[in-house]
This record gives sequence, C-alpha cells and structure tokens, in this order.
Amino acid sequence: MHIKILGPGCARCNQTEELVRDVVQTRGSNITVEKVSDLKEMMILGVMATPAVVIDRVVKCSGRIPSKEEVVGWIDAG
Amino acid sequence: MDTGKELSPLPLAQECVCNSPSPAPDSRQTAATRGWNRRYFLVITLLAALWWALYSSTLPAATWLSYRVLDLGSNSHLGASVEFFFYDSAKILLLLVAMIYAIGWIRASMNVEQVRAYLLGKHRGIGYFLGSGFGAITPFCSCSSIPLFLGFTSARIPIGITMAFLITSPLINEIAVVLLWGLLGWKFTIIYVVVGLLAGILGGWFMDGIRAERWLQPFILETLARTPVMEQAGAETTGTRLSVRRRHEFAYSETVMIFKRVWKWVFIGVGVGAALHGFVPENWFAENLGAGQWWTVPVAVIIGIPLYSNVTGIVPVMQSLLVKGMPIGTTMAFCMSSVAASIPEFLLLRQIMTIRLQAAFIAYLWVIFTLVGWLLNAVGPYIR
Repeated sequence: MHIKILGPGCARCNQTEELVRDVVQTRGSNITVEKVSDLKEMMILGVMATPAVVIDRVVKCSGRIPSKEEVVGWIDAG
Repeated sequence: MDTGKELSPLPLAQECVCNSPSPAPDSRQTAATRGWNRRYFLVITLLAALWWALYSSTLPAATWLSYRVLDLGSNSHLGASVEFFFYDSAKILLLLVAMIYAIGWIRASMNVEQVRAYLLGKHRGIGYFLGSGFGAITPFCSCSSIPLFLGFTSARIPIGITMAFLITSPLINEIAVVLLWGLLGWKFTIIYVVVGLLAGILGGWFMDGIRAERWLQPFILETLARTPVMEQAGAETTGTRLSVRRRHEFAYSETVMIFKRVWKWVFIGVGVGAALHGFVPENWFAENLGAGQWWTVPVAVIIGIPLYSNVTGIVPVMQSLLVKGMPIGTTMAFCMSSVAASIPEFLLLRQIMTIRLQAAFIAYLWVIFTLVGWLLNAVGPYIR
C-alpha cells in the first residue's frame, strides 16, 4: 500500500501527514507514506483542494484534515 | 467507507469520498431518522424563536446595561459609546451565528468539483458572472487556491472564468456581508458586494482578452498538452442528496469553527467604532491629509496591493477610515486592494504564473480599484 499526502506545505497539510504517519506506525506493515508537494502531480491526480490523501491512486479525501478513525478505516479496508 | 473510484488520468467527474460530509443513503429512511428529523425541526423552531426574542431585545438590554447597571450618565460620551458597544456587538454576533448556520446548511452539499462541473462549457459572458458569483459563496483557504486554479485549468475552463473566481473569492463571503451590514449599513454593503463581483467579472474578461493563458508557467501547458481533453462532467457531480442530519452536522461544525475564528474581530470592530463614536473628531482625515484629490486614490491602491489583510480584519479598518472622514472611494479602493492581493499571495501564485501574467494581474487590480475609487468619490456625497 502506498499513501500520498498532497499539499503545498500549509499547516493543515503537515497535520494530515503527521496523523497518517501516526496511524501507519501503529497499524500497518508494508505501507509507504509520501508527502507530495509537486503541483504537476496534483494536477494529474485531479486534486483541487488540499490537504488530500491518496491511497494507491484513489483520492480518499481532499480539502480537509481527515479524522483518525477515517484513516484507520482506509488502511484496514486496503 | 471505501467508495473512492479508480482514477483515470484526469478524472473530471471524480467525486471525493469525504469532501461532501458523507454519501448517506437517503432511500430507506428509517423510523429513527424520521424521529430525529421531527425532534430537530422542533428544536430549530424553538431556537429560532429564542434567537428572534434575543435579537429584538438587544437595544433595550444595551440601554439597561449601560445606564442602569453601569450607571453611566445618560448624556455622556462614555455612556453613548458603551451602549453602542453592547448593542452592536450583540446584534452582529447574533446575525453571524444565524447566517453562518444557514449558509453552512446550503454549503453542505456543495464542493469545488461540482462548481467546476457546473462552470464547464458555459458561455464566457455568463461564465465570468457565474465564476465571480461562485467565488463569493464558496469559501476556500488561500493555500488551496493553486490546486483549485490547476483543477479548473485542466478541465479546460477558460482562464478568464477561473480568474473571475479567484479575484472575487477573497473579497466576498457571508462573514464580510454581516460585518459590513452591521457596522457600515446596507448601502455600503451593497456597494461593496457589487464592486467585488464587478472586479471579478471585468478581471475575467480582461484576462481572456489578453489571452493570459499564454503566460502560465510552462509545466502547466505541457501537462495540458499531454493529457486528453476530458469528456463533459457526468451525472456523478450533481451531488449526493444529504439527509437533514448530515446537513445539520456540517452546518453546526462550520458555525462553531468560523465563530471561534471571527468573534474577536467583531469586538475589535465594534470597539473601534464605539471609541470613534464618542471621542475622535469627525473629518480628521479631511483636515489632516487633505481628502479627495485625484491622486490619493491610485496611491492608496498602490499601498494596499502588497499589504496582506483578510476581509474580516479589514472591516474595522474601513469603518475607522470612513468615520474619520476619508472619502468612501479612497477607503474602498485601499481596503479592497489589500484584501484582493498581497505579497504572500503573489509568491504563491508565482508557482503557476509567469512574471508577465503577474504584472498584468497587478496592473489590472491597480486600474480597476483606482477607477472604482474615483467613481465612488464622485458619487459618494449623494449616497450617504
């Protein structure tokens, strides 16, 4: 599983990254987390609001910080 | 929860799982839902009645507090200022709560993907108008402006419509409207909103006129050239029907969040107004700076453009400038230019705009706000 956190680097994006990394540490094995600030990539993924969470090329959330339960849910489902 | 779809290279109609609060299935309304709804409407009606009772008693309450409880002299400057402070802050705070909740209710089912789908394929003339109008009603944080710009551009929405959206968005929102209305009156509010929309609409027209898309950063044009033109947005973006409960939850969280951020500006704004009300001589500006010379407007705009301010913070400034006798046109030009653009924003936009486009953008803002300022200074005496 590959998780990308998209954001140009605002406070809310950093909070999202922290949250996701926390959850990954307690939950998953074999999961990579990557912070993406490249605009081109956002454009290709069609993300229009940040922060956004993308798991294996599926946009799970954009424009807000997800809740911890949501992140857990996405990881468990994958 | 896993309803996200696999992404095609540039998914236009792709809907985000959690952008709208939740895709709650509305079809099988259980008895529990109906019960909840009934209780909700009962409580809302009661709260609305309570709100109305409070709202209509703000003036007597303010009078009672300042003259009876605090025992201030009934003809004193201080008494008048304190009464004004209690009355206005209570009134504005009440209006804010009602307004944010109501807008949140509507906004619960709206997201940027939908706005984009709606704007796509609109005739340009209407597009500028709609782009600007959407800019006024949708909030977005400034760090989202670039992904949003790219999202619009990659859907092949003309740059003018996108710019109309971008220009109006920071200028107008419901909080600004409530604050302006409460502190400066309805005439001023209408002028402000009309100017904000016009700045966006004309900006869009201008940007398309100079074919501004030539001056986007090359990487955008390259990515566009390599990706196929997307098909029209499908039915998927028409929006999920939301249950009353979801809407309430969204509107409630919006109200709490925005209120926490804004309440202090209300007190600052009203406090400034109250202080000026009783103590600062009128026409201070007219006497000390000389008001209304033609060149003061372009100079005010030049100073305003690099300054950073959000619309909530600028309202008290506007109020104090106006009360001290700065002409309405100069005030409006200065304040709107500082909200519309700033150095931090230009640094952000630098990632997607070449220097030429940024220069055109700044030049446009300078010209449009100067013209607005002159016009309002000319007609100002007749609209007070």
